[in-house]
Amino acid sequence: METLFHASPFTGYVYPNETIIPWTVLIVVYPYLTGLVAGAFTISSLYQVFGFTQLRPVAHFALLISLCCMLTVPLPLLLHLGHPERAFNAMITPHTTSAFAIFGYAAAFYICLLLLETWFVFRPHIVRQSQKLGGFMGWAYRILSLGSNDVSDRAMGYDRKWLFALAIIGIPGAHGLHGYVGFVFGSLKSREWWSSDLMPVIFLLSAIISGTAFVIVLYVLSCKLRKVAIDLSCLKVMAFSLWGFMMFTLLLEGVEFASLVYRGREGIDVIMEFVKGPLVIPFFILQFGIGSALPLAVITFMIWRGTSGTALILGITGCSILVLLAVLMMRYNVVIGGQEISKTARGLLAYHPPIFGREGLLAAGIVLLIPMILLTVLVRLFPPWERAEA
Amino acid sequence: MDENQRSEPHDKERRDFLSCLGSAIACGAAAVAANAVASPATAATQAAAASSEIPAIPGYDWSKHQWGFGVDAEKCIGCLRCVEACKKENNVSLDPHHFRTWVERYVTLENEDKALIDSQADPVNIAASPVPGEYRFANRYKDANVEKAFFVPKLCNHCTNPACVQVCPTGATYKTADGVVVIDHTYCIGCQYCVQACPYGARFFNEEKNVTDKCTWCYHRITKGLQPACVEVCPVGARVFGDRNDKQSPISQFIQNNRVRVLKPETGNAPNVFYVGIDKDVI
Repeated sequence: METLFHASPFTGYVYPNETIIPWTVLIVVYPYLTGLVAGAFTISSLYQVFGFTQLRPVAHFALLISLCCMLTVPLPLLLHLGHPERAFNAMITPHTTSAFAIFGYAAAFYICLLLLETWFVFRPHIVRQSQKLGGFMGWAYRILSLGSNDVSDRAMGYDRKWLFALAIIGIPGAHGLHGYVGFVFGSLKSREWWSSDLMPVIFLLSAIISGTAFVIVLYVLSCKLRKVAIDLSCLKVMAFSLWGFMMFTLLLEGVEFASLVYRGREGIDVIMEFVKGPLVIPFFILQFGIGSALPLAVITFMIWRGTSGTALILGITGCSILVLLAVLMMRYNVVIGGQEISKTARGLLAYHPPIFGREGLLAAGIVLLIPMILLTVLVRLFPPWERAEA
Repeated sequence: MDENQRSEPHDKERRDFLSCLGSAIACGAAAVAANAVASPATAATQAAAASSEIPAIPGYDWSKHQWGFGVDAEKCIGCLRCVEACKKENNVSLDPHHFRTWVERYVTLENEDKALIDSQADPVNIAASPVPGEYRFANRYKDANVEKAFFVPKLCNHCTNPACVQVCPTGATYKTADGVVVIDHTYCIGCQYCVQACPYGARFFNEEKNVTDKCTWCYHRITKGLQPACVEVCPVGARVFGDRNDKQSPISQFIQNNRVRVLKPETGNAPNVFYVGIDKDVI
């Protein structure tokens, strides 16, 4: 018989019902994915709205990455729900006082926006393919063109206006969506570890760094697979953005933690016990040390030394992989860590995620792979580098 | 027995809404792809069907009552009959991880500042319990110099400003007009946001129904003029229940005649379980 729940061992005193951790690794994956969405969209918008022309080689690719991640965002939530078939209850009878009730609308709006922006970006390609290809693919592209086959300069000028407007709306949209995820945690007064006004801002900044790092890694990988040269100036701009946003994130995380300790409210003893014990490896070593301080130092070193060529590519890609790990650990330490500190402020729980099952590590891993699978398909249908390299 | 019965005004509101929604869906059906509306339409139909099956409670008007609960920790002997009765009455899973009510033991040893706390769910106490569903406090302090010891029964506080109700995305959990916080098990999506929001650890996930669960003050009993099961079985009268609208009811008398306090008042939830005889260590 399948185990219905996984009880967590504890030390000290925890409320009896707390031994089953309510939010599991799937709820770690959920903010991670929304973060990637916001970060990748930022990169795309820096080109689309603010005219960072160095980012042109990755602008459309970043948009596709953002779309693929966004399409996957509802999946971990649906997998986590006790009754996923009732998920629409939150949309048909939204309880307006709940921060969660907005999710369905916000996500639906943002998916529509991303789809629309993607359509405008790739419309010339869609039109070309619909005219060039026959058979099923030609038919599919003809449907995707939505009967809009005009690619004259006038029409393209009109498209550019739309793209600009969509990217402008998309910036608060993407960042709002992720800031809101931070709010879901930060606004809960029942958990001292989450209850912080800085939580949405930290979530947002870490989202930007994870999204940027994700675009860097996938861009380098795609160039290697396509056997084309990597645009170093593009890579450098992304690395600089990464560096800047990491600085802010680290500072804010430091300020938040310092405030928590300095305030020293009831329960600080058990929080310090948690920080000095179970949190040493996931937080101090993985998230802070290897995932944040090391890449920050390496990028600083490379900027200082003016590193270029293969060393720069290797350095930045390696750092980006570490940053991706750091942000994943940050999500884990927030979501799971918050639940490992008992609401009694007198005990600690130890959550050991199961490997198999609906809420296991395997399921979470598969959810994280889905955007990449989607991306592999989408870059074939809508090559994001075609225009950039033309 | 479905302990999470819903009462009429709430149902009517929902039925009205669903009927409007049903019309809207019917009108929009031609324009909207069938798959896109299948899930909400199914959910709406299910909820409407479920609400029509639940009968009104004969002779009960929820606007005439305001229920309240009192705990006299001075009287509690930690026999745990309340916990066992609650599990039986409300079909709560018998394992030591799901409780609608529980009892905490606070023991201060000589020369110690902080009390040692355990509940019947502690592994040592579970080991001392005869069978699943029956609970005992192990005599674990028999060789220690105990300075002070007492028991504290815990349950959902049915707060005036319930954080759990605030965060529920669907409105499946709500506060009734008579002051009880209940969950509509036919509407809950099982996101467990409410479990996180409750500062008292009163909510848990019911793995059999895949929804959130918690104490309802035995709503199915109190609306028929009975006492909650835990109050009924308490051999020492440590649990007090009644209608606060009735100034002569046990709970009104309890609040009038004692200096009562509530748990974690700083949360702003304004609990409606009133305690007498608890110490600074009680959390």
